[in-house]
Amino acid sequence: MPVMEIFFDIGGMLFFLIVLTLLVKPLGTYMTNVYQGKRTFLSPILMPIENLIYRAAGIKQDEEMDWKDYAKAMLLFNSLGFAVLFLILLLQGMLPLNPQGFPGFPLDLAFNTAVSFVTNTNWQAYSGESAASYFTQMSGLAVQNFLSAATGMCIAIALIRGFTRHTSQTIGNFWQDMTKSVLYILLPISIIAALLLVSQGVIQNFDPYTNSSLLQPIQTPDGQTIANQMLPMGPVASQEAIKEFGTNGGGFFNANSAHPFENPTPLTNFLEILLILLIPFSLTYTFGRFAGNTRQGWALFTTMMMLFIVFLGVMYWSEYSGNPLVKPGVNGSYMEGKEVRFGIGGSVLFAVSTTATSSGAVNTMHDSLTPIGGMVTMLLILLGEDIPGGVGSGLYTILAFAIIAVFIAGLMIGRTPEYLGKKIEVFEMWMSVLIVLTSGILVLIFVSVALVTYAGISSILNPGPHGLSEILYAFASVANNNGSAFAGLNANTLFYNLTTAVAMLIGRFVPAVAALAMAGSLSKKKYTPPSIGTLPTHQITFVLWLTFVILIVGALTFFPALSLGPIVEHMIMHAGQ
Amino acid sequence: MKQIKTTLKLFVILMILVGVIYPIAVTVMAQLFFPKEAGGSLIYGSGGNLTGSALIGQPFSDPKYFWSRPSATSGFPYNTMASGGSNLGPTNKVLIDQISNRTELLKSSGIQAPVPSDLVEASASGLDPHISVRSALVQIPRVARARNLSVEAVRKQVLDHVEDKQFGFLGEQRINVLKLNLALDGMK
Repeated sequence: MPVMEIFFDIGGMLFFLIVLTLLVKPLGTYMTNVYQGKRTFLSPILMPIENLIYRAAGIKQDEEMDWKDYAKAMLLFNSLGFAVLFLILLLQGMLPLNPQGFPGFPLDLAFNTAVSFVTNTNWQAYSGESAASYFTQMSGLAVQNFLSAATGMCIAIALIRGFTRHTSQTIGNFWQDMTKSVLYILLPISIIAALLLVSQGVIQNFDPYTNSSLLQPIQTPDGQTIANQMLPMGPVASQEAIKEFGTNGGGFFNANSAHPFENPTPLTNFLEILLILLIPFSLTYTFGRFAGNTRQGWALFTTMMMLFIVFLGVMYWSEYSGNPLVKPGVNGSYMEGKEVRFGIGGSVLFAVSTTATSSGAVNTMHDSLTPIGGMVTMLLILLGEDIPGGVGSGLYTILAFAIIAVFIAGLMIGRTPEYLGKKIEVFEMWMSVLIVLTSGILVLIFVSVALVTYAGISSILNPGPHGLSEILYAFASVANNNGSAFAGLNANTLFYNLTTAVAMLIGRFVPAVAALAMAGSLSKKKYTPPSIGTLPTHQITFVLWLTFVILIVGALTFFPALSLGPIVEHMIMHAGQ
Repeated sequence: MKQIKTTLKLFVILMILVGVIYPIAVTVMAQLFFPKEAGGSLIYGSGGNLTGSALIGQPFSDPKYFWSRPSATSGFPYNTMASGGSNLGPTNKVLIDQISNRTELLKSSGIQAPVPSDLVEASASGLDPHISVRSALVQIPRVARARNLSVEAVRKQVLDHVEDKQFGFLGEQRINVLKLNLALDGMK
């Protein structure tokens, strides 16, 4: 009954997108109130805690920062986060809550993993269930799940203030924005989400791994008999919630959100995808509220959503069509690397959501997707993670694209470009170009290096054009702080641990500082009322123009590489090899 | 200097809040409201011995059991210490050969109809506890023969174990292989 299948899949996706869209305004409004210091319904409980934190940490409530202080505080805070996590990983063997007795991480892997979680990437060259203790997971990795997400939100809010303040030297207070992000937004929703996940079967305990007997003992290929199954345990739900909500994506287990203990039912799947997309989409509304014109926010939302739906459609079509090479004697959807409970619909929606944001959690193995399906995930990452992008980082990236779009349009009609009443000048253009192109340049350089070194190509699992795709995907993923992988690539080597770590650091902090510098420059400018020559940025013309600019930049940068990887593979697959 | 002090203090406070208090609070509430789920949905046999988790698949090859999906976990199938998929690409000859070998094996076990794809293609987690309903239906004759049961009796067990789409529309219809096999073992 393929018609019914398609009906349920597409119906389910539409239902999902409607639920998501309905939540954008309430969450966007709530976040606006939080960052503007207004009272919210949680203030009676959280305000005393917030004040306590400020007093304990010596943070003055009425103090604001210029962009340089803000950036310094952000970098300091993240450096400390890196150092602490790096030490936890190295010293894991001596730390508590380690019932399986896992030793410390090797130096290069610890460095890679610490960078990965601090940069909101969550690229994982280790396998959670056989390498990370409960302490490492909850007090090391999950802490950065919160703090790296909050860092992204701080930067986005600072940039929004840059656009919406006039002749102001300051762009907010990093310490306060950090505290508010964690306390009012990330923490409450994570608690609720974690409990919902547990109710469906996601585990949450501190038990040691539990040995159970297999119903039918099996023989391994080398003649051993396996009669038992060791069930991994741990505080998974609390980590799963923030892993999705902060678009982090680092799985408690190696199989990530495909693992039944992380994502046991269709409902948890729905919830996890919703968590991934909620903040990135809702921040567009927050932007509109700050700007005093919510249509400015909806314009960005529409751009993101249109592209999101187009890519969702292409990928669904490709996965639904399956793999013609396996046809004879086999019937049904292409299920290699997918889970039965999610089917094609739940797998495709997750894959598009995780790569359209900077999440990188997976419920299906991207390496085994059809060539075009795999290309969609790669392209979504390569487009710069802005439809809707990571928590915070998505918003500042699409704002950089908006500035570039306004600038190009301004050149065409011969007027000074403006956005939200701010004149766009050379400095803003430089910063926008840095935000937009840094990751792309990193991808192209590192892929080239990997392809001409033995250390680079010896990690490849799949032969032919798919091998190129594995390397391209890896550097696209780290440079854009996504973290998912074509996981056949053996990433736990000195070469990949170091190169991906460097790409993650540059790909995260160069755009982040550029966004803050731009915020500083914009906030100092006067407000220029719109004139007859101003391009309105809240109308459909602008939405289409912005979409076009995003696609052109992405396509021109990566078309050659994509042609040699997934596109060639697609043709090979349909030619029957 | 002042900034470094603030950084240290705020970091420690937030680390304790989200890295200690949060997971412990969630654990306490989870154990209070959903103890079975929080503990891994464990299944105990008649003798009180632990026979697995309702959420984690197990490998089967005996004709009297329904067989699970192929698992690509390293070492041996359904290795819970190494969850993951095959990561083989769609045009990789290794994958295509694996799929046709598994198809042959199933055909030689007596399945005449086209083999459902989930029975020959490895799952993402390597621990998928489910198979599609069609994958269970095609295995009924073999299981019935091996157990000396009527096809009807086995069919009834299968249909009793169909888990519907959640709320009627989310996800896929499916059958939990371990639960079904345990039920068959419990039949008189």
